[in-house]
Amino acid sequence: MEYVISVLLSGISVGGQYALIAIGYTLVYGILRLINFAHGDVFMVAGLMGIYFTATMPFSVSIPLVLILTVVLGFTIERAAYKPLRSAPRMSVMISAIGVSYLLQNTATYITGGQPMTYPVIPFLSDTVNVAGTQTKWVVIVTPFLVLLLVFALTMLINRTKVGMAMRAVSKDFETSRLMGIKINSVISVTFIIGSALAAVGSVLFFTNYPAITPTAGAMPGLKAFVAAVFGGIGSIPGAVIGAFLIGICETIIKGLPSAWDVSVFSDAFTFALLIIILIFKPQGLFGEAATDKV
Amino acid sequence: MSDTLLQIKELKVKYGGIEAVRGIDLDVHAGEIVTLIGANGAGKSSTLRTISGLVKPAEGNIIFDGEDITGKDPTQIVSKGLMMVPEGRRIFPNLTVIENLKIGAYLRKDDLEKDIEMVYGYFPRLKERSWQEGGTLSGGEQQMLAVGRALMGRPKLLMMDEPSLGLAPIVVQEIFKIIRRINEAGTTVLLIEQNANMALHVADRAYVLENGKIRMEGTGKELLEDEKVRAAYLGSTSGSN
Repeated sequence: MEYVISVLLSGISVGGQYALIAIGYTLVYGILRLINFAHGDVFMVAGLMGIYFTATMPFSVSIPLVLILTVVLGFTIERAAYKPLRSAPRMSVMISAIGVSYLLQNTATYITGGQPMTYPVIPFLSDTVNVAGTQTKWVVIVTPFLVLLLVFALTMLINRTKVGMAMRAVSKDFETSRLMGIKINSVISVTFIIGSALAAVGSVLFFTNYPAITPTAGAMPGLKAFVAAVFGGIGSIPGAVIGAFLIGICETIIKGLPSAWDVSVFSDAFTFALLIIILIFKPQGLFGEAATDKV
Repeated sequence: MSDTLLQIKELKVKYGGIEAVRGIDLDVHAGEIVTLIGANGAGKSSTLRTISGLVKPAEGNIIFDGEDITGKDPTQIVSKGLMMVPEGRRIFPNLTVIENLKIGAYLRKDDLEKDIEMVYGYFPRLKERSWQEGGTLSGGEQQMLAVGRALMGRPKLLMMDEPSLGLAPIVVQEIFKIIRRINEAGTTVLLIEQNANMALHVADRAYVLENGKIRMEGTGKELLEDEKVRAAYLGSTSGSN
């Protein structure tokens, strides 16, 4: 029983961390119809910044700084690599995104020398706590609540504010949005800012759990978050969040099966098998809109 | 009637190598309803899209309210008081009716209540549907919403691209009645129509566009009585024999 609880807890927690990344994919897709392949690497860079900044600064300064600079990074990537291609075919923007992804990975290799770096032990988040008889880290408990809080705040922003209304308008019709006086580029920037900020928060939580960071450390969580976004119906925020929790839980359950069965090594393959099965029966994902044109 | 609100000089618009608008001059005076009629592909929509900033002109000047707005962004043009009701209505299907209205006032920072009431005054049916998503409205209601949305920007000049397109005749009549009321309330209107009969009846002045050039201009009444116009655009041969 305790074992089941601990598996569930860590599944929910890792799912929440995927959710924070997945929102970045789904928001950008919702507006630009672009799969931002660099998003997972932005997440990795946020992790690296966490390592370097906490080494020289107190947490109260370094963590907010990570957040701010990750946002700056996301904003800059959009302006430098995607905005100039606004009227180009979508495939070109996608290739640009892949280019940015490798640029970030290579830069990380250059700076770290390719060696795995260890994420710092953040007080409180890394402290252990006893839940129903199982030992776990506070981060495992905090993650789902923080995710729900952030998703709630984001939903309010999108549904109740002027900029949120503009985001919804732009996601449907660029040209008419411009005729209303909306600056499309500002709205797109806001999207990247939100996505990057959430990825930064996700990086603190995720790397506290899995502290080894290599230049490709963003690839797998990024890919799974992307799968979660597709699974939930890309473009949909609730879809991405629910998809991420499901994938996190499934993956942890498989990893937690008795070692004699020897299946835990297939947990990633399972994630993608699950995606394939879902997409066979529901091609638009759980909450996706019908008839979107995907690349 | 004497103030020129919109002045277009020698406007040329090209798409790739094709010249859609081949040097037109056009004036709209404050308080008027001016209509631009012509067949499909005559360059009507291109003209309107260029005025609103969606398309950059190849040559020529657009002066609005004493200011040169040639080649400016739609955002800047909207902020000067020029709103457009686009062809095909283009309301935001995922926004509620009231949100569609509010987004028409996107650049305004003041209170919108009075304007929303004004729009509901013109179109009571929208008030009943206030909280419905725009995509659930009928074609006529969507057109009303598109007009209301543009009015929310408090335009000095309201441009409409084919407001009658795809609507039942009775709805078209209703829309045109409202266009006249909006104009009487002080908004200048530039109207593009294939439904020349409707447009000429409501317009103070009209231009006939053919192959990207202006072939004729005059008051709505003059053009309604012109034989060439009757034959080409009003589908009527009476008086031509």
